Order: sequence, then structure tokens, then C-alpha cells
Amino acid sequence: MSLNRRGFIGLTAGLSAAALAGCGGGTAATAPTAPRAGGRLRAAFAGGGAKEVLDPHLANLFVEAARSKAVFDKLADLGGDVSPRPRLAERWESSADLTRWRITLRQAAFHDGRPVRAQDVLASYARILDPNRAFRARSSLALIDLPNSRAVDDRTVEFALRRPFVEFPNALAAFGAYVVPEGAEDFTAPVGSGPFSFVSFEPGRSVLLKRNPDYWEGAPLLDELEFVIANEESARTNALLGGQVEYAHDLTPTTARSHAGGDRMTVHRSPNSAVQAFAMKVDRPPFYDPDLREAMFLLADRPQLVESVLAGSGQVGNDLFGKDYQHYAADVPQRERDLDRAKSLIRKAGAEGLRVRLDTSTAAAGMVEAATVFADQAKGSGLTVEVVTGNKDSYWSDTLKGGSLSSFRSGAMPIETHIAQRLLSGSGTNVTKWARPEFDALYEKAVSTSDAALRGEVYREMQRSLHAEGGYLMWGFADWIVGTTPNVGGISTAPANTLDWARFDKVWLG
Amino acid sequence: MSLAAYAWRRLALGLVQVLAVVTGVFLLVQALPGDAAVALAGDNPDPGRIERIRAAMGLDRPAPERFAEWLAGLARLDLGESLVSGRPVAEFLLDGVGPTAVLAVLTLVLLLPISVLVGVLAALREGSALDRVLTSVSVGLHAIPEFALAVVLIAVFGVQLGWLPPTAVGVDLLAEPAALVLPLLVLLARPICSISRLVRAGMVDALASDYVRHARRLGIGERRVRLAHALPNALAPAVQQVARTADWLLGGVIVVEAVFVIPGLGTTLVDAVAGRDLPVVQGLAVVFAVTTVVVNLLADLVAFRLSPRAEVAA
Repeated sequence: MSLNRRGFIGLTAGLSAAALAGCGGGTAATAPTAPRAGGRLRAAFAGGGAKEVLDPHLANLFVEAARSKAVFDKLADLGGDVSPRPRLAERWESSADLTRWRITLRQAAFHDGRPVRAQDVLASYARILDPNRAFRARSSLALIDLPNSRAVDDRTVEFALRRPFVEFPNALAAFGAYVVPEGAEDFTAPVGSGPFSFVSFEPGRSVLLKRNPDYWEGAPLLDELEFVIANEESARTNALLGGQVEYAHDLTPTTARSHAGGDRMTVHRSPNSAVQAFAMKVDRPPFYDPDLREAMFLLADRPQLVESVLAGSGQVGNDLFGKDYQHYAADVPQRERDLDRAKSLIRKAGAEGLRVRLDTSTAAAGMVEAATVFADQAKGSGLTVEVVTGNKDSYWSDTLKGGSLSSFRSGAMPIETHIAQRLLSGSGTNVTKWARPEFDALYEKAVSTSDAALRGEVYREMQRSLHAEGGYLMWGFADWIVGTTPNVGGISTAPANTLDWARFDKVWLG
Repeated sequence: MSLAAYAWRRLALGLVQVLAVVTGVFLLVQALPGDAAVALAGDNPDPGRIERIRAAMGLDRPAPERFAEWLAGLARLDLGESLVSGRPVAEFLLDGVGPTAVLAVLTLVLLLPISVLVGVLAALREGSALDRVLTSVSVGLHAIPEFALAVVLIAVFGVQLGWLPPTAVGVDLLAEPAALVLPLLVLLARPICSISRLVRAGMVDALASDYVRHARRLGIGERRVRLAHALPNALAPAVQQVARTADWLLGGVIVVEAVFVIPGLGTTLVDAVAGRDLPVVQGLAVVFAVTTVVVNLLADLVAFRLSPRAEVAA
């Protein structure tokens, strides 16, 4: 049902585009020049319906992340190169053995006037780490030894860690690791320290926020910020074109292409936001054979995938996560399609005539299309790829457990986090089942090496082994696409999930 | 059997039907892959985390036990709480009922006079140019599915011409009725066609019937013959169709809600199923089943009043 509905509704965007094309070629939109204060910006996001909540620790959806960031602060957040930047933490310093971290808090206040204190930080983290709950940031913060951590004074926290961890600031920037006032449990009218304060909330419809004039980083330019929910991409596009919203989050490359030259919408692309991949499970047939994995790497025609699936709004990948992020192994040569070599590797692996099932679903945009294109590219190699579309709601859990080859995509996170969550023996979401003691040991070495250059070398060594033998065929990086009306300024093109993505305190209406 | 006894029997039967629907929905949702914990974990399906979510939601208890508990609550008119957000299910339903009811009531208020008028006009001028035009337009319009009509109307009137709001995003429907125009057009298009066709057919039959001929022979005025004698009989078959339409509208028309961003019951249902939020799905099943039973019962009673000779089937 949902598939058909989406397919049909997808027509709207196309038709609207056709209707606009009839208007004659518009002049390229001129961006507003100088920041201006005032006004209400309405931003349309996809939502989760009435189940949405304002508890920032429960944030899961993009809209919840964007709202949380407007109302709350984290101790750190991710910069444009996806490395941690201090936020509520003014600075951090670690003991020589990397197991004790002293965080100095910025002078900041919650919306009700109370100062942000070390106790609030400890209480927030204790809430996230509560074993009876299942907050998303829990796994990132799990290495904190809370009973041995303490508030030195009101603006200094000292965290004790269970093991040496030089990347602790990554954990402070984890998805959902927001600081809330000590004792906060009721988030019907949330109080945070962020650039906007709460006004009203209708689940599944809208959230209205207003400017926090006392924000520690300077008051936002907008007077008011309203998040509205429109689940269909075509509806977000139409609402923007019809002047009902000024900001439409997460548009398709097709929409972007149709409207890029028009005068009714400015298209903002954030490169390297979402990696597009296929995941091969290395612990079971047929992909336990490294030759067959290499054959798959060589079968992918990456430029064609980027052109057809992403409509050109992206870049080719090199089977490594985090292109242009801190510690990315940019020196590994780019893989190209090589059908002959793939064929001979398939023969060598004894896999000629083999039929492989490629599990996919509509859980993320473009996955089914990419699977279909890839199955087509594998034709004539001796290996047949059969695309099977599964249930979108349970897809990530299904493919973590079963099958041998599946579509995969991920938003931005530091390369260290990607490795910790997905590529260690004990990782919770190890979809490729990559579990190697020597790789685990390299990770331990990296995160306990304080010298940045030495650490970078260890990360590159790990990436070289993943590039050669890993289970992720990362064929591309999709741009994150946002549309605004032409009078909106201050939109950053940092990757989705980083600090500057959907950051409305820097946005203005011209 | 008296009308009152009949109504009571139907209501008792309706109660059984509602229970059957709720049980069926429960079994179907159980048969779906994944549960609320899996759906909530999404692209971060760490098995340990899913287990913790499951425990926090109480999903680690056996399903029949949870269902029995929910049924016991239903007897006290307590629909339980959403698994995902912890808010009472009744709140979800109230949030969704508003927009759905606004659309359904306005659609019906416009639908009835328009379709009866069109049907009667066509019947009175049976075979004329007007009849043929009305027939072709309604058959043609009826062949266009809602989503297609919606897409075209939005592209033309919402985006291209800019006369009407293309969606209802962030809009209070009653405060800004302009946002209702396009959705109402889409919702009206097909029911107007089907009901006016039924009224026309009924009217044509009635005008050719023995009792109308008899009434004319008695010298009753033509106007009175048409409106007081022919029309009520002609409406009886259309009433069933109106009931089906009302039922369809009150269930929240998912496609129309999605295209126009109207957060009614259809959207609530889609979100609840995607999230495997069983108590909310069951609450919606109760609402939809009760609506269907009541609307159909009302339709049968109205049809009986309009045309008392019609059989009242038990």
C-alpha cells in the first residue's frame, strides 16, 4: 500500500515541475546579501506522526534532531569535517592515560534563567545511561564510569572512563546526548539552553519556538521558528512553491534538478551526507570468500549509480566510510569497474552460475533503485543478483540478522564512531559481520594513542584493510538536499547530522 | 419485527462485529514482520537496545496476555496507551478525528444536495442533451482516481496559478478554509458521480412506475408527484451508497490526507502501523468498526423510512 501510494504521489512533484517549466525560464535566484533580524521561518520536515516527542534523549527522526538542536545544547557537536567541536563545553582536557576527562562548561543558562551546571550534565548523562531505558546515545556514552565521575564545581565536570579513550569528545557529540536541567522528566514544555525556547507543540503537526535573546552564542536572527510536518516529499515541495513554508527538508535529486534554475526555490546541497552502499556478510557463504567480495567491488559502475540513482547529486565512493571526514584515507586509489577481472575472480571463487539474493527495501530513498541498477551491472559476470524488496519498517533489524547481501545507507558520524558501532567483534550493529581480533586491536590502539598523527596512521591502516577485504561496497555519497524560498539566507551546507545542518539560529529571512 | 427491535438486534450484532474486527486486527499486526521495538530502533537496530526498548514497552510479556488486558480496558472504555509515546490512545484518536470529521461533514453537506440535484435533473430530462452531458462528465470523472485528480489540481491551482493553498501544512483548517477547497473537490468528485447516477436511475424508474401514473391520474400536481412521491423512492437505493461514502470519509482517506498534509485518522493509521503501535492500531480499528456499524444501521433505517415497503433483512 505504502509503496503504491508513494509511487503515485511522486507524480505530484513531476507535474508541478512541468507546470513551472511552462512559466518560462526564470532567472537564477539571487540570495539575500546581508543578515537581517526578525520574522518567522516555517520549516517542513517529514515526521513520525503523533508518536513524536520533545524529549531530546528520545530523538530519532531528523525533525526531532533539528528541534532538539534548536532547544537544547550538547557538550560538543560535529563540525563540517565531522570532527568534534566544543559547544556547552568550553574546553576539555584529559589525563595522560586518557581515562579521566575534565570538561569546563561555558557560562550558559537554561530558558528559565537557571545556569547550566555540572550537576545538570551529570544528571543528563545518568538519564541517558539508565539501564532500564533505551536511549540512542547510551551506547556512545557507555564507557563513562558514572559513579566515579563528579562535579568539581558548578562549571567543571570530571568524567571517569572505563578504558582509555582519546575520542571522548565524539561521545559528547553523540546523536541525542543533550544536556537537560537536572531532574527534567516531563518534556511537554521543554526547557533547554538552546537558541530557541519552547512556545507550543501539536504532535504530528507543528512545534513553535521563539528566539532566546540570551543564547550564549548570540541570539538568533529569527523571531520565531515553526517546524511543520509533511511526510511526503511532494507535499513539502508543493508547500514551499505555494509559499506555505520557507524551508523544505530532504528533497529528492529529481526535485532539485527540476527547480535548480527556477526563481521560486533555492536548492541547497550538503555533500557527503549519506553514504550509499551494499553490505556483504563476511562470515557466511558466499561472501566469506574475499575473492567474491573483490569481484563485487569491481562489478559496481559507481559513476553510473551516482548518475542514475542520485540523479547526479552525489559523488562516487571508494568502499570507505566518511569521504572528506577527519581521518579519511584519501590516499587509497579509487576503485573502478573492471568486468573482466570480476569475471575471473568469480570463476576463481567457483561462483559461476551462482544466484545471490540482494535484500533491499524502501526504508531509505534510492535503495531499491540502486539495487536494481547494480543487479543490472552484474549481468554477464557469471553471477546473478536477484533483488528482493522486504518490509521497510523492520528492514534494518532483518538485514542485521539474516541474508548475505543487502542495501545499506548511513548518515554522517565520525569515522571512529562508524568503526565502533559497526566493525568490531562486539559492535551492536555489525551488519557485515566483520569481526577480526587484529582489527579490534588496531581500534584499541587508535583510541588510546594521544598523538594525532600516529592515531591518524592507525585509522588509515584500518581503512586500507577494509578497502581491500571489507564487506561494505560503498559506491556513493548522496548530497543532502534542502529547498528554501529565495529570500532565506544563512543556510549551511555542512553534512546532515553535523552542527551546522538544520541550524536555524544562523538563518535569516531577507 | 418492529423497527426498534430490529435496531437493537443490529446493534448487538454490531458489537460482535467490532470484537471480531479488533481480534482480526490484533492477529494481523502480530503477523507483520517486526514489532514496535524494531520499528522504533530503525536504522540503529542494536539487538541489546531492541531488547531494552521491548522491556520498557512491556513487549516482553506474552501477546495474548497484553491483548486480554487491552480488552478488559476496552470494557471500561479505556483504549490504553501508545507503546511508542506513552500518550493515551484516546488522545491520538481525538487529534485525528478533528480534521477527518471536518472533511467528512463538509463533503457530505455538499455531496447530498449536489448529487440529488444532478440526478433529478438528468432523470427529468432523460435522453436530452443535458442528460447526456451529465452522464459523460460523471462517468469520466468517476474514472479518475483521487491521487491523480489531487496531483493535477495542486499543480494547476496550487502551484502554477497560486489561487489556492497547495497543501494544508501548518494550517488550522477551520481558520483558513481556502486550504479545504482542493481536498474537498477531490473527495467530492467520485461520490457525486456515483450517487447522482443512482438517484437518476431511481428517479427514472419511479417516474415510470404505476403509482406515479396513478398519482397523476388522481390529478396531483406534477411538482408534488415528483418531489413527494417519486423522489423518496428514488433516494432509497442511493442512501446505501451515501452510507458507504460516509464510512469511507470517516475512516480518513489516506491518499488525500497524505497529498494535502491533513493529519486525520488515515495519517494516524499509517503512522501507527509503520510504528507497530498496536494499541493505537486497535483503537483505530474500534473507531472504524463502530463507524461502519452505526453508519450502515442508520442508512438501513433511513432507507426504510423513505420507502417502507423495502424488506428489512435481519
